[in-house]
Amino acid sequence: MQPFTTHSGLVVPLDRVNVDTDQMVPKQFLKFLTREGYGRVLFYDWRYLPGERPNPDFVLNQPRYQGASIMLTRRNFGCGSSREHAAWGVADYGLRAIIGPSFADIFFKNCASNGILAIVLPDEQVDDLFRRAESTPGYKLHIDLPNQTLRDDQGLELKFEIDEFRKQMLIKGLDEIGLTLENEVEISAYEKSHQPEPEQHAPVDFSFPAAS
Amino acid sequence: MTMAPRTLYDKIWDFHVVTEEPGRPSLIYIDRHYIHEGTSPQAFSGLKAAGRRVRRPDLTFAVMDHSVPTKNRELATIDPDAKGQFDALARNCRETGVRLFDMFSQNQGIVHVIGPELGLSQPGMTIVCGDSHTSTNGAFGSLAFGIGTSAVEHVLATQCLREYRSLPMRVQVNGRRPVGVTAKDVILAIIGKIGISAGVGHVIEYAGETIRGLSMEGRMTLCNMSIEAGARAGMVAPDETTFGYIEGRPFAPRGKDFQAAVERWKNFATDPGAVYDKVYELDGTKIVPQVTWGTNPGMVTGVTGRVPSPDSFADPGERKAVERALAYMDLKPGTAIADIPVDYVFIGSCTNSRLEDLRAASKVVAGKHVASSVKLALAVPGSRTVKAQAEKEGLDKIFTDAGFEWRDSGCSMCIGMNEDVLPAGMRCASTSNRNFEGRQGKGGRTHLVSPITAAASAIAGHFVDVRETGVDLE
Ligand code: SF4
Repeated sequence: MQPFTTHSGLVVPLDRVNVDTDQMVPKQFLKFLTREGYGRVLFYDWRYLPGERPNPDFVLNQPRYQGASIMLTRRNFGCGSSREHAAWGVADYGLRAIIGPSFADIFFKNCASNGILAIVLPDEQVDDLFRRAESTPGYKLHIDLPNQTLRDDQGLELKFEIDEFRKQMLIKGLDEIGLTLENEVEISAYEKSHQPEPEQHAPVDFSFPAAS
Repeated sequence: MTMAPRTLYDKIWDFHVVTEEPGRPSLIYIDRHYIHEGTSPQAFSGLKAAGRRVRRPDLTFAVMDHSVPTKNRELATIDPDAKGQFDALARNCRETGVRLFDMFSQNQGIVHVIGPELGLSQPGMTIVCGDSHTSTNGAFGSLAFGIGTSAVEHVLATQCLREYRSLPMRVQVNGRRPVGVTAKDVILAIIGKIGISAGVGHVIEYAGETIRGLSMEGRMTLCNMSIEAGARAGMVAPDETTFGYIEGRPFAPRGKDFQAAVERWKNFATDPGAVYDKVYELDGTKIVPQVTWGTNPGMVTGVTGRVPSPDSFADPGERKAVERALAYMDLKPGTAIADIPVDYVFIGSCTNSRLEDLRAASKVVAGKHVASSVKLALAVPGSRTVKAQAEKEGLDKIFTDAGFEWRDSGCSMCIGMNEDVLPAGMRCASTSNRNFEGRQGKGGRTHLVSPITAAASAIAGHFVDVRETGVDLE
């Protein structure tokens, strides 16, 4: 996973509440076998007109926001489906951080798994950032994760909260599975004391019997 | 030392903690891991790339459901991308020893329908799946929630997840549920009241007389849509209804073991005096059949109501969202719900495709015919077990005589990943759970309803109050 320490980038404001993951990566793109290539289809139905022509009305297509790597959003971003494709799309598009007043739980976790920093700020601060991003062409933010700060070039400086564990995972770009495997002793002990295996009492039409 | 009173959620959580360290999410053990073709391929390839194995193939169960054809299973070969996912799932299961219900299995079905049906989902368990509607399984008094693909990989490798404790929240629905009002109407009314983000960071426990009076099928419908209220999980404490449902299922304990299990399961109830972070209360006797008019499940009203005006929303973000939604849905403020025509009807999905749903809907359409203005009406059983039983009872005949198409089981038009896609501009009365823009097909307009409201609307050609149809709904 790509570590996240500090990042400076152009800000794109997506002024919508309750953006759902169906919108971020529509169903027709859920059939691939890899984690790559979802940046092209991110926000597909909003971003493209028939024939995959860019829809000039959609904010991501406006010339001034090309190359943006930080997105501003509204409340409950990433709600709905658990599809991690949404987070893969965000990362593949080149967005490294999303800033908003709240995120849906599963999407929030999926961001962390993919090296994307999701920053929660109070509504008033998000409102202020929207105003600044919309009124200042080329508006940039500078994110410092170790110090948990956010700065712009007009003198704004904000602190943000993040859970220490997630912060360290992001800074080090750590693989959570590797970390959990270090708990092998505890997991085996739990299994010995807690785990009855599922017992099958009637015929069931499986393709492959479970390996022991 | 006496223990502080705990909620049902706390008890399941505490039971599954493998390790806890301050400043870190807890490691919790997972009892059941369900996987499907849509969100598992990348998890298996990640596992393989890292040289890791599936820790507990015996606790992992796989099924093909999202993209399976419902008309003719052989059609799978027509969509090369879907076929690629089916092949990948079969290969991954073969290589790792995970039991698979492929699309030709007699026990195949939507993942959230078959887990309960096989007796795999039981009270007090932790159950996960790379799918947000895993919350369905919480109907058994288990902690069941959806996870992303990285987390699927984590569970495959470790049979554990790293999670922070959620906050417990209680939704209490009082009084007897009126005739003609289903579990679907109850959950839509709840979401309409508390909003689609009220549950963020929370696990909902549903309680009260209305909830207790629901069958297991109804409780599954209820818990299914917890995610639409923003919660990752919803649950109902197990009781005799729960135990009765589980008994005799293929993976349910038998004889003495079953009795012992029931005694253990009874402990999974909230202690008197336990504290919830949030509590909501509704009067169940006042709930009427619900119909959504917008593009998220919270945009809902009674079938006797009208499409609201954006001006009636105080929050500017909300007002904008409602304006967008009405434009997308092609609806004018003030339109009576009953005046909205219906082009398509979909009875199916993990929300409403179990036997009870099909029985109730078939009663409404029996001896009648779908309105001529309706272009397609689908009845899609949630599993092949449901399908077989429904056919035994002659329900398929009732549906087809009424002009419905009777299909094989799968997710179908809930998500439109197979050939069952809602065309652009078409308006669908759907028993599924999401009315997001394009959910059932790009440009398609979804109205979420109960199976009996969908059935009655199919006959009328527009939304109707099923209580006024003269059908005996008891
Ligand atoms: S029926 Fe719909 S909501 Fe349920 S698992 Fe399938 S696609 Fe998801």
